[in-house]
Amino acid sequence: MRIDNHPILTFDRGEKVTIYYNGDPIPAYRGETIAAALHAAGIRVLGHSIELHRPRGFYCAIGNCSSCMMVVNGVPNVKTCITEVEDGMRVELQEGKGVIK
Amino acid sequence: MRSCELLVVGGGPAGLCAAINAAKAGAHVIVLERNPSIGGQLVKQTHMFFGSRKQHASTRGIDIVGILESEIAAMGDKIEILASTTALGIYEDGVVTAMHREDKYVKFKPQAIVVATGACEKALAFENNDLPGIYGAGAVQTLMNVYGVSVGDSVVMVGAGNIGLIVSYQLMQAGVNVKCILDAAPRIGGYLVHASKVARMGVPILTGHTVKRAIGREKLEAVEIVELDERFKEIPGTESIVETDTLCISVGLAPLTELLHMAGCKMRFVGQLGGLVPLKNDELMTSVDGLFVAGDTSGVEEASAAMVEGRIAGLCAAKKLGYVAEDFEEELSDLKAQLEALRSGPAGKHIRDGIAHTALDVEAQYV
Amino acid sequence: MFEKTGIASFEMVMSKFPSAERINKGKVAVAECYKCIPCNPCEDACGFNAIKVGEDINQMPVVDPDACIGCGRCVSGCPGLAIILVDGSISEESVDIYMPYEFLPLPEKGETVKALDRAGKHVCDGTVIAVDNKASNDRTPVIRVRVPRAELYNVRNIALKGEEA
Repeated sequence: MRIDNHPILTFDRGEKVTIYYNGDPIPAYRGETIAAALHAAGIRVLGHSIELHRPRGFYCAIGNCSSCMMVVNGVPNVKTCITEVEDGMRVELQEGKGVIK
Repeated sequence: MRSCELLVVGGGPAGLCAAINAAKAGAHVIVLERNPSIGGQLVKQTHMFFGSRKQHASTRGIDIVGILESEIAAMGDKIEILASTTALGIYEDGVVTAMHREDKYVKFKPQAIVVATGACEKALAFENNDLPGIYGAGAVQTLMNVYGVSVGDSVVMVGAGNIGLIVSYQLMQAGVNVKCILDAAPRIGGYLVHASKVARMGVPILTGHTVKRAIGREKLEAVEIVELDERFKEIPGTESIVETDTLCISVGLAPLTELLHMAGCKMRFVGQLGGLVPLKNDELMTSVDGLFVAGDTSGVEEASAAMVEGRIAGLCAAKKLGYVAEDFEEELSDLKAQLEALRSGPAGKHIRDGIAHTALDVEAQYV
Repeated sequence: MFEKTGIASFEMVMSKFPSAERINKGKVAVAECYKCIPCNPCEDACGFNAIKVGEDINQMPVVDPDACIGCGRCVSGCPGLAIILVDGSISEESVDIYMPYEFLPLPEKGETVKALDRAGKHVCDGTVIAVDNKASNDRTPVIRVRVPRAELYNVRNIALKGEEA
């Protein structure tokens, strides 16, 4: 959910773009990260773990923990918490280690 | 490979202050910052800072970034900021390697280095702690205060230190329902003025409590909390279920010291400072000649202290390069007095106790 | 208890309030800073030398109620939002309390709000007399609320009607 009114901050959001999460269009703003845009759309599960296939969300949001890795434009292991959205970007749940094509 | 005078790794409060003071003394400085913009964690601190005027007390962290940016701008080409550039290693021959964005590998040969890489959040072990919906408190703060995205409808916070208390308050400012704040310790660890701010909003602070397990299949739906005795043992029969879609973990920070290990700095585990920290002299130089440290990298404390440490490291690194500021002694003693003031009260006791173990010259006692 | 809950006891609160006589003369600051932390902007904010922290910034602030004119600069300047103003000179029945309030929506002048105590409990209703959100407050608005005199030492926060207390 996006915060529109805040007592301290004003959010100058960039140009509106669209990213595709498993094929579904998700509104996003230039300058924000993939994880932020997905979260704003209520999407919390970003992938599944390597051995036990447990759901994975983000944890640190600053690129340290690697919990937020997804397949972006076909490339696996992209840290979505620090990667900014681009118009038309295709973002997919990552299963395990991902596959390098 | 680029030769340079001073390389500062990290564009947060400590690194920027180091760059400013070194440039003021006359050194040319390159700052490596892994994010697209500088400011480190200041960019999400919407609360007013403590301390005194010299550390911008009463100013919000988000506004301190602007103050530092204008100080940097005033230095002209003495300070060069390389954003989206992550330092990768410091090698035996003094070469520092870095990656610009994802594809450009760069090398530097600096005459002196200030490492100001900050800290990262610690995790907490409990059943199902990997469920989506369980986040570091700082992560939630980034999402909410930098991107304006709210994490969920309700939050249970684990940790009543300053970060846990501040983020709880900020969550309420963003319209999120904070159900309770847990802390395993018998007493609140953060400043009590922060605790009172959330208490009078009706948020219960449950000391002597922790999270036993998270409940949910694909994402968090509830947490089971439990009361602890004085020896941190769970008290059977005190378990209760709290429904929530978000659990925030704020159980402390650990210094990010990988580069220091790699450079061969003498390190020691000091619990009061958050983990493994470098030994250093009173000019903040490590056991590696010409390698200085500042901020949470050298021991976790408040951002006010990180800024002062940065100023000391910058001043002393410049001196090492032969740029001795005209009022060097005067400024150094003023900065040291500021640190002393920030650390001298009861709130700074653990820092004082910790720092006593990090001086290079006491190292002999431990060998 | 305070160190477990963040809720100051009545005795602690009373130790920070000036005399009833002083309060009844007009606006005065109450600095609810109960633990030593390194912080002194309240002292800098005061143009009347009415708040002293001293050389060691870890000391708690002490308000001189005779020097304080209740200007309120310390209220929005305190990083801990620990300072309020109280004014007992309004009437026999009611007192005014000025509190920092960094939430949206802000109440409006004349609005009836819930007055909360230090644990966030609804103790009485209050009337908003003024909302001071001038630029120098730097996004920390100060809300002036009129409450029954009996609640002078209890009221420390507000909630809008319809919001959970």
